[in-house]
Amino acid sequence: MPTAVLGSDEFHAPSPASFDLPAVFNLGFDVTKPMLLLALSVPVIVLFFWAASKERAVVPSKLQFVGEYVYGFVRNGVARDSIGSQDYLRFVPLLFSLFTFIVLNNYYSLIPFLQFPSFSRFSFVLPLALLVWVVYNAVGVRKHGLVGYLKHVCIPPGVTGPVLALIIPLEFLSTILVRPATLALRLFANMFAGHLLLILFATGAAFLIFDSGNAWYAPVGVLSFILGILVSFLEVLVLFLQAYVFTLLTAMYIGGALADEH
Amino acid sequence: MPILSEIVLSLVVFAILYFLVAKFVVPNFEKAYADRTAAIEGGIEEAQAAQKEAQAALEKYNAQLADARHEAAAIREEAREQGAQIVAEMRQQAQAEADRIVAAAQAQIAAERQQAIAQLKAEVGGMATELAGRIVGESLADSDAQRRTVQRFIDELEGSAN
Repeated sequence: MPTAVLGSDEFHAPSPASFDLPAVFNLGFDVTKPMLLLALSVPVIVLFFWAASKERAVVPSKLQFVGEYVYGFVRNGVARDSIGSQDYLRFVPLLFSLFTFIVLNNYYSLIPFLQFPSFSRFSFVLPLALLVWVVYNAVGVRKHGLVGYLKHVCIPPGVTGPVLALIIPLEFLSTILVRPATLALRLFANMFAGHLLLILFATGAAFLIFDSGNAWYAPVGVLSFILGILVSFLEVLVLFLQAYVFTLLTAMYIGGALADEH
Repeated sequence: MPILSEIVLSLVVFAILYFLVAKFVVPNFEKAYADRTAAIEGGIEEAQAAQKEAQAALEKYNAQLADARHEAAAIREEAREQGAQIVAEMRQQAQAEADRIVAAAQAQIAAERQQAIAQLKAEVGGMATELAGRIVGESLADSDAQRRTVQRFIDELEGSAN
């Protein structure tokens, strides 16, 4: 564990180990806070949007308007624009679930006492990225057939001749192999880094002001605290953006797999 | 590190979320969208129908107005013709009346003249005889021959006058 020695006390800088939280209780396997938070997001999302949509009013109430705003954002802004108006409706449940699931789990990181972005655990992100990978490839294979889909993926239109020997492996690599990895890593790394930064500024400020035993460090601690607050505001943006990007890329992958021509 | 349990949990939790969202949330929103679209389209159709109706009413009123104008023109024309006819009739009547009056006056004048001529004849005969008697110095008043002479004279006069 990397450490920094400051004054008489030791400062333990946050590390990947900071993301391994102790078990809250045990059900044959350890149940941790991120697990509980992840599970909590289901009733929160479903109850909120069910309450917002159950009236099905032509003239929406405030709650329904908020619900419809989010739903319309995913339905029209992400699904329809990326997949095309012919096929998008059957993917709206998936994209809406993904978006709300990721957004809420991301914003846990800024809610007092919860304060943990679920997707800074790679093992939470990986299944989602693999699920997306399975969906868009399955959709493509179903539409074009296995060979047709591989052709569709690997051979850009208008490319002929010996350059295909270079293009085909590259396209295969980027579309079939790299996509799930980047999708998962992008979300995980952003959540991980953002949370790590917040921990660093928060624990650093606390140590410098209270525990360092050196009064000269206190102003630096205050600066660290202020920076922590500023980073929190940055995180407000990043947390939303990563959920949006994950959903948008999923929609674009599906749209690309469904496209008739490139 | 509970990695496997986390992977499984993430999948299960997301599967449940997907199921609930697809069953309870998306259909509601889609229903609201569809209803709203229908309501807006219905409103547009209604407005179009109302506009068409208004247009039809306007056309009807215009047609009625044109009819009324036409009718008024016809009535005016008829009245003018009738007036002209009445004037002509009146003129004719007045003419006839005037003719009648003139004729009556002429007849009266002729009768009076006839009367005056007859009277004159009688008086002129008497006066001429008397005058002639005085001139010749002898009264021929009661003689039949004298009366015959006078009558003959007057007849000659009338014959030359005619």
